Amino acid sequence: MAMTFHIALELIGQAIQMLLVLAVAPLVLGITRKVKARLLRRIGPPLWQPYIDLWKLMHKEAVLAHNASWLYRAAPYLVFATTWVGAALVPTYATSLMFSWSADIIAIVALLATGRFALALAGMDVGTAFGGIGSSREMMIASLAEPAMLLVVFSVALIAGTTQLSTIAETFVHASIGLRVSLGLAMFAFVFVAIAENARIPIDNPATHLELTMVHEAMVLEYSGRHLAMIEAAAALKLVLYFSLLACLFVPFGMATTDKGLAALAIGFGSYLAKVFVLAVLLPVGETAVAKMRVFRYPIFLGGAFAASALAVFLLFVSRGF
Amino acid sequence: MISPLHAILLIPAIAVVVLALIPGYRIGAILNMLASGLTFMAGVALLVVPRYRSDVLIIDDFNIYLVILTTFVAFTTSIFSASYIGHELETGRLTPTFLRFYHALYQAMIGAMNVALVANNIGLLWVGVEVATLSTVMMVGIYRTPAAVEAAWKYFILGSVGIALAFFGTILVYLVAQEVLGEGLQAMAWDLMVQASPKFDPKLLSLAFVFLLVGYGTKVGLAPFHAWLPDAHSEGPTPISAVLSGLLLNVALYALLRFKIILAANPATLNVGLIMVVLGLISLVFAAFMLYRRRDIKRLFAYSSIEHMGIITFAFGMGGPLANFAGLLHMTMHSLTKSAIFFAVGHIAQVKGTQRLADIKGLSTSHPVLAVGLALGVIAIAGLPPFGVFTSEFMLVSSSFARQPWLAVVLVFGLIVAFGALILRLQDVLFGEASGPAGEVKATYVPLFLHLALVLMAGLWLPEPVVRWFRAVAAQLG
Amino acid sequence: MTQSFGFDVAHLLAGSMLVLSFVLLYQDRITAVLNVFALQAIALSLSVAWQALIQDSPHLLVTAGIALVVKGIVIPTALHRIVRRLGIHREIEDVISAGPTMLTGLGLVALSILLVMPVGETVSVLVREDLAFALAVILLGLLMMITRRNAVTQIVGFMSLENGLVLAATGAKGMPLVVEFSVAFSILIAFIVFGVFVFRIRERFDTVDVSALDQFRGERGERG
Repeated sequence: MAMTFHIALELIGQAIQMLLVLAVAPLVLGITRKVKARLLRRIGPPLWQPYIDLWKLMHKEAVLAHNASWLYRAAPYLVFATTWVGAALVPTYATSLMFSWSADIIAIVALLATGRFALALAGMDVGTAFGGIGSSREMMIASLAEPAMLLVVFSVALIAGTTQLSTIAETFVHASIGLRVSLGLAMFAFVFVAIAENARIPIDNPATHLELTMVHEAMVLEYSGRHLAMIEAAAALKLVLYFSLLACLFVPFGMATTDKGLAALAIGFGSYLAKVFVLAVLLPVGETAVAKMRVFRYPIFLGGAFAASALAVFLLFVSRGF
Repeated sequence: MISPLHAILLIPAIAVVVLALIPGYRIGAILNMLASGLTFMAGVALLVVPRYRSDVLIIDDFNIYLVILTTFVAFTTSIFSASYIGHELETGRLTPTFLRFYHALYQAMIGAMNVALVANNIGLLWVGVEVATLSTVMMVGIYRTPAAVEAAWKYFILGSVGIALAFFGTILVYLVAQEVLGEGLQAMAWDLMVQASPKFDPKLLSLAFVFLLVGYGTKVGLAPFHAWLPDAHSEGPTPISAVLSGLLLNVALYALLRFKIILAANPATLNVGLIMVVLGLISLVFAAFMLYRRRDIKRLFAYSSIEHMGIITFAFGMGGPLANFAGLLHMTMHSLTKSAIFFAVGHIAQVKGTQRLADIKGLSTSHPVLAVGLALGVIAIAGLPPFGVFTSEFMLVSSSFARQPWLAVVLVFGLIVAFGALILRLQDVLFGEASGPAGEVKATYVPLFLHLALVLMAGLWLPEPVVRWFRAVAAQLG
Repeated sequence: MTQSFGFDVAHLLAGSMLVLSFVLLYQDRITAVLNVFALQAIALSLSVAWQALIQDSPHLLVTAGIALVVKGIVIPTALHRIVRRLGIHREIEDVISAGPTMLTGLGLVALSILLVMPVGETVSVLVREDLAFALAVILLGLLMMITRRNAVTQIVGFMSLENGLVLAATGAKGMPLVVEFSVAFSILIAFIVFGVFVFRIRERFDTVDVSALDQFRGERGERG
């Protein structure tokens, strides 16, 4: 009996996390838009505007090109599903949840890559010029960002001795690992990668539909109705996922770890929301400060991330002496 | 009472200050000669005073002969330079202000080389080589033509990179030594290191030597690090070419050899000899082929310097009493011969107003004395008997044939190629229709023929004390 | 615990020097290069000061002071002035583009770690790490000198290389002060020489771009 109860509790814990990320995602988007608008001296849409947008899109008719294949229709759901699963696996308010064993950081990277792959295929499916260019650029960015991301993963995993997010977070909360240049560099690289992956300035501008510069928006230009809602929701979830990853890897403090009492959980919840809020404010501040890059500059930007993360791995070898 | 050891360091130091303050270039040139002469005398006086060591300075068999050689060539070059710069002033290539600068730097370079030679502290050794390099950089660029500035810049960049790597090597050597000798000055004293060398960590010591080899090897002008050398030789004033080839390359090689002795005392380290043999042969063969394409007379002899530094490095790399002896003798002979050649070339370039080989023709009809000087120099440097270079090359070739026939084949091949190139290039210069201006040489031939006489003498008969002395140093080099 | 804290700080400071070397490679504007160089010099002086503290050798503080004042303040200011006088705030032309440069730089860092790590069994971990970092900074400085064609940035590359040397020298325990003074001294000489050259080059060609000198390379008028 106690066993069943325990399992039920664990399930609830995991379910809370799944719902939490889903519920928070549009709000995070709303915050970033609002802050950005205020920085530009606009009033901006209300915080809950993304919820309204999604609701409206869900009820609109989905218009399909007549040469669209099943792939085109399936892709939005696939993207949404992979991103949601990924986001739900990253420890947010507590570690060691029921499915934490599967929350391997490499698996999460792979999940995101699957989603991106589907979306890129869908972008090319209808055969429009924009979709093609968007897909090709997206793939270029991905090919540049992924090595850097993997090296970040390596450096963090080398310090913690595992690639399992929940264990990494626990290690970082409890063990004293000292001042590590490697971790700083890894974080720096991770932020770069996150910016590129989430199609934010200076790599991409989520608010533009200017032909020459758009990447993500070009891919999804043909979508409408519930399909677009899925994609928009997935984009918001992806942002939350990266925020959670950042919080979990580099500032895991406040997370409920071994102590699963209500107080600890509440602290974990509160600190998670606070961290996400801070990041959601910092992102538009950073975005306002820089200008969009030309496409040819992407390799330099992401090359910097790669160099930083590679350096992080090298430095680990120096301090450990193999 | 100032000992000769202090004198060879103090005289140049005082001369730098005095020469920088004196405006008249004639007095400057005379003082320059005087200071160099005094330094030479102090250098010779080192022979009669007892050997000396402290943690900072040292006088032993090895450096005493190099000090004497260096101060001697510096002295004769200062005589040559006095007559050379008079002409440069007339043609307006140099101004009196620059000459002040030039003389002060000349003494700075001599002083720095002496510091490097008598240093027991490996840090001081490094400082000496660095200061000598920087002062020659300034002198290479002194004409301020675009080519001279580029040559000086290139020399500076490559030289500093070399010197930086050498310094890193020096730090590593200190780290190795302080494990055994304890922290402080004694862990930088070369003679203590040689004694304690068997207890050193061989791996770190080997790594250190790699840095030192690349670092000081750049200064020696060994082949892949030689790029600065031809430019620096051809664009600077000829007296500087003479001391660069004749002295500075030697000093850098000397620094390298000091470290080689430390490594040789520790059997577990890297095989230094092998690396030096390979680098030496590469330099020799490479430079020998490069000699064929030269069209500038000073560059021609600059490549010849690379070739001879290759031979000397090869000799020390082979090791053993005979090869080391040959190396030491060759070092001396090359210094004397190459500076003599540059004296001759300096005069030629001044009377003909060009350094282009194609524009210098028929010297034997227009300037017979100069032609004889150059011809004798070229015969000597090409390794023909009866000159001293032949003696050292012959010893080296025969000792290598006895030990490593294949290496000796490469060596002989390089020597023959270089020989052919020198003869081919200089045939037109010496013989054929005279071309260009045929003005009188208003300069002294004394340094030129003094050097050649010494080289000839060494080829015919080496005095017994010198032989004994070289043997002792050769034994020390292992 | 204090030992490990000392190690951590030394690691942090030396590591940040290395990172700044990379940033230096990455910069494409002269003024930014100078500012990053000043930062690196400050990191160096902090690192040296920390070494003075944990090695209990106060004379190293002199070296730290020299690094801070000369390389952190005086030289960057002077170079800023030179750059302003020459009017070169434009972009630096790299010989090879940033990507290959960064990759080469990473390769050099890996090389220096591979070189130093296995051989230094007798010296302490701290010294070994310092050496690896220093060697990496030296090699990156070298790389910068090779990839940059502008005289001013080549100077900065050279001085960044010297920063690495000082880091190595202070990492070596109890290395006599004589050497540090001489290093500082030689840097000064180097700077004077460089300054003279920059002005000479400027005076001759109205540019400090060294590639403008290439046409005078080697034997003039010689073909094939």
